[in-house]
Amino acid sequence: MADNLLDIHNLKIEATVRPPGEKPRDITIVEDINLSLEKGKVLGLIGESGAGKSTIGLSPAGYGRGGVRITGGEVRVNGRDILQSGARGLRQLRGKEVCYVAQSAAAAFNPAHRLMDQVIETTLEHKLATREEAEARAVALFRTLGLPDPEHFGDRYPHQVSGGQLQRAMTAMALCPQPDLIIFDEPTTALDVTTQIDVLAAIKDAIRETGVGALYITHDLAVVAQIADEIMVLRDGAMVEYGETRQIIESPQQPYTQALVSVRSIQHRQQTPAESPLLSARNITAAYATGLPDVLSDVSIGLSEGQTLAVVGESGSGKSTLARVITGLLPPREGDIEFDGRTLSAALKGRSKEDRRQLQMIYQMADVAMNPRHTVATIIGRPLTFYFGLRGEARRKRVLELLDEIEMGPEFYDRYPAELSGGQKQRVCIARALAAEPKLIICDEVTSALDPLVADGILKLLLRLQQTEKVAYLFITHDLATVKAIADSIAVMYQGRVVRYGTKSEVLTPPFDDYTDLLLSSVPQMKVGWLEEAIDSRRMASQGH
Amino acid sequence: MKLRNIPVTALIGLALTTFFVIAAVFAPWIAPYSMSETVGEMWASSSATHLMGTDNLGRDLFSRMLFGARTTMMIASLATVVAFTLGSVLGILAAVLGGWVDQLMSRGIDLLMSIPTLIFALVVLSVMPSTITVLILVMGILDSTRVYRLARAVAVDINVQDFVEAARLRGEGRAWIVFREVLPNALSPLVAELGLRFIFAVLFLSSLSFLGLGVQPPEADWGSMVRENRQGIVFGVPAALIPAAAIALLAISVNLVADWILRRTTDLKGGRGG
Repeated sequence: MADNLLDIHNLKIEATVRPPGEKPRDITIVEDINLSLEKGKVLGLIGESGAGKSTIGLSPAGYGRGGVRITGGEVRVNGRDILQSGARGLRQLRGKEVCYVAQSAAAAFNPAHRLMDQVIETTLEHKLATREEAEARAVALFRTLGLPDPEHFGDRYPHQVSGGQLQRAMTAMALCPQPDLIIFDEPTTALDVTTQIDVLAAIKDAIRETGVGALYITHDLAVVAQIADEIMVLRDGAMVEYGETRQIIESPQQPYTQALVSVRSIQHRQQTPAESPLLSARNITAAYATGLPDVLSDVSIGLSEGQTLAVVGESGSGKSTLARVITGLLPPREGDIEFDGRTLSAALKGRSKEDRRQLQMIYQMADVAMNPRHTVATIIGRPLTFYFGLRGEARRKRVLELLDEIEMGPEFYDRYPAELSGGQKQRVCIARALAAEPKLIICDEVTSALDPLVADGILKLLLRLQQTEKVAYLFITHDLATVKAIADSIAVMYQGRVVRYGTKSEVLTPPFDDYTDLLLSSVPQMKVGWLEEAIDSRRMASQGH
Repeated sequence: MKLRNIPVTALIGLALTTFFVIAAVFAPWIAPYSMSETVGEMWASSSATHLMGTDNLGRDLFSRMLFGARTTMMIASLATVVAFTLGSVLGILAAVLGGWVDQLMSRGIDLLMSIPTLIFALVVLSVMPSTITVLILVMGILDSTRVYRLARAVAVDINVQDFVEAARLRGEGRAWIVFREVLPNALSPLVAELGLRFIFAVLFLSSLSFLGLGVQPPEADWGSMVRENRQGIVFGVPAALIPAAAIALLAISVNLVADWILRRTTDLKGGRGG
């Protein structure tokens, strides 16, 4: 017991909220948390947004974000209760015994300084090593983390390396002072899936080699299963389940954990494409301005009525640009778009009201896709008035019908977007698109910003609406699990080109092209040991070539 | 919204502003004498019959202060309304339309702003007839350049949000985008600016009147009252200081209220009500 690196007993964390026009009051964010961590082990903290996982994860550093206070319990690091240690004690602790790796490495590095100076800064600050020793340590870490040209990697500036490399550099920064405990806060969430696998493997190697203990905070159970020895599942600031990784993944005890493990179990029977497609984009080449390089080159896709075409790719592959071309926001340089038997005008200006009505769009960030000063009634009702001239009671009735269709009650009629949860906001956006009775809805990463269970609900809703309303979806996503769940056809995009295109079964059946293979093998699977298998098979493949 | 949640400074500001407004609205009933009748010695000191004494022509200063409050605040508010309507609508329109329309309007405004307002107003007012309508229009148009800059800056940010794009995709006209999508979201900073612009209008009007190009006698306004009584200072007569103090007090009290509104509406959590 006394040998444990980290012991947390009955942790209670509170925050003060100050609603306008009311007295400030305290709310409990986290209560009754007990955990312990041995040296060299990794504990995964998992939960949805608002579960309190980051709040708990930061407590070993004695830090609370934005007015959050630890008000009860004990947090022992190396046997010392850090809650009693005062500001000077905390300064000694942070950066020396406990280090932190943030979600966005791009925001955590100062763009004006070279990477090396930032990686060794904490080590020098605490006088843990001389400059030469610290640099040697950093180079060794760069090598462990698989960074290119480790001797000279530190000479670069943050903008000169990729996002995945920057995240690994941040891990090096945390490991350089040789701390006992590292807190990883969603270190791979902002990365593309093909990059995530490398970073995960690098972090895992580094943890094993340095023997550091780690708290790994994430919302992605499949990711944490690869790296953690134990997992704690959190919900609404309380512990749901706590156990060995294998037990949590293979035989979860609590219903909530079971739901998390079995998420994305949606089954959708693939439909065969019709003879004449509803939408066909032919040989689209587009750039953001004349003189700039093409973002899309020679892209052709087709989508049949009432079906779903998933456009998959990593960031920068041009998938969102394709959506902008189809909506008319970005007229293409070459190529044309045929919709419902007629050629659409390239620019939005030239499109008729009827064209616009039949082609609706749902955005990734529902927060900013709705006017914060309109009520739900206005947001959903406006297309009804605009396209069909509905007013008064008729409009009200139809809005309520639509609310019912998105599984929300009439009590939401007068609410403002700020009074809705993330999932509800996205549902209202769906209702707004449906209100126009479109033939095609473009869904741009509509589930990416949502927690897995909420996203699951949105996907189910979209599938059900597709059956009742016969609407087609052009579904843009980077998430292959979503694609498998709902698509009829798939277009895989890479660097502005469609590299693979066909029905879902065709695209997902071997033989694969190199990129699709890489993409498919990079998606974390909900099983222990997947990471090693994936890395091994990749090494074998590269040796085979 | 409960009274005790309002900060003390804002309460003081609110109380004083209300006091000034009441004085202005009920001037004809409160004032013991009419605005222009000579009722005593010139520059008499304060007494039971003349609360603040008399001015350079022997008129009752207290009565003139009350009527002056009326003129000053009416002209300043109307000029602010003109500045506001013109500035915010044009500013948002420039942001929504973009391109050469925006360039043309913004450079025109820059041109107008590059001329010192007071000198510009003096030139215009010396060739135009000195009526209150002209005064309000000149002040309003000159002040609208400031509102325009703010409105455009705020609207440019709002204009690129997804909900405005959604409205464009739907095919909404410009009026809907300006008045229903952008304006309600730009309102908080603009309303806070409204208070500030009102103060500037009061000061601007007072400067103009002091220079003799604002409100014309026998009408009373605080700026011209300072002008009429300024020679009294040499003889130790405080008649010029009273309207000057009133201008300062009004400016401070409205500023306190404006500050509070600004803090309330830019607060992340209280954003919607503003």
